[in-house]
Amino acid sequence: MVVTAVTDETPRVRTLQLAVDDWPGHRAGQHVDVRLTAEDGYQAERAYSIASAPGEPPAITVERLDDGEVSPYLTEEVRTSDRFEVRGPIGGYFVWRSESSDPLLLVGGGSGVVPLRAMLRHRARSASTARARLLYSSRSLADVIYRSELEQLANGVDVVFTLTREQPPSWSGYTRRVDTELLREVAWPAEHGALAYVCGPTSFVEAVAEGLVALGYPPARVKTERFGATGGR
Amino acid sequence: MDTLDGNAIGGLLREVFAVEMTDATGVCGHCNNEAPVAECEVYLGGPGAVVRCRTCQGLLMVFVRVRGVLCVDLGGLQTLERAPSS
Repeated sequence: MVVTAVTDETPRVRTLQLAVDDWPGHRAGQHVDVRLTAEDGYQAERAYSIASAPGEPPAITVERLDDGEVSPYLTEEVRTSDRFEVRGPIGGYFVWRSESSDPLLLVGGGSGVVPLRAMLRHRARSASTARARLLYSSRSLADVIYRSELEQLANGVDVVFTLTREQPPSWSGYTRRVDTELLREVAWPAEHGALAYVCGPTSFVEAVAEGLVALGYPPARVKTERFGATGGR
Repeated sequence: MDTLDGNAIGGLLREVFAVEMTDATGVCGHCNNEAPVAECEVYLGGPGAVVRCRTCQGLLMVFVRVRGVLCVDLGGLQTLERAPSS
């Protein structure tokens, strides 16, 4: 695997374009395991969601965790043409298929937006007719990953931001953490038969999943992926 | 370390079973709850991966690598069945 391009998304987040020999193609929502090996043989392995759509070369978007073992290297030291070991694509549960025409509700917290962005790109490239809505919770506008891409989305996609810690002076959007009341305002009513994908820190995912079920979403229609206390994928 | 879910061990499970297993269905041997592997609770903080039932917190699976050998304990599961499509 070789890094072919590096893009800064926010001061803490980077996207790495990868070229992987014999890449079998991936599905929207899958991840790869990245394994780094130190000179003394010590290995650290972390999972990162694939940020690109099926049919595009694989890319991962990584948030730097200050006490991380893998993310500081991937966000600060990696350069184009560097190599490291990846395993994947992995995942068959947190995957969206473009054949589905059910309304698509995506709820992301922080870098939990990464696999949801792959789904939105897949939707656009596959000419899907499914309506889509993204509710994306970030600490501040500066922390919003893929901001210009998300703001330019059209054609049946609504994007709703909530900025939970710091807002620009002119901000008229949401400022609350995602809870049942916010979901009641943003999510489609349960009877629309939406399929929901929720990704983010564990506490965020649990609050959103519980909220959607409280609003009548069947648990089997709420797919979840947790990545721990903060950052990660 | 925070609780993760079964998505986080998809790569490990593929190493063990050679196929995608996050969408496989497990039945808990303690409380009979049936759920996709992806929805189980996963703890990676210790020396290996510990998988628990989200309903009763019963122990379902443990994976520990000892001197290069991956030890697998599936004793807490009643059944583990692959998704038909994968």
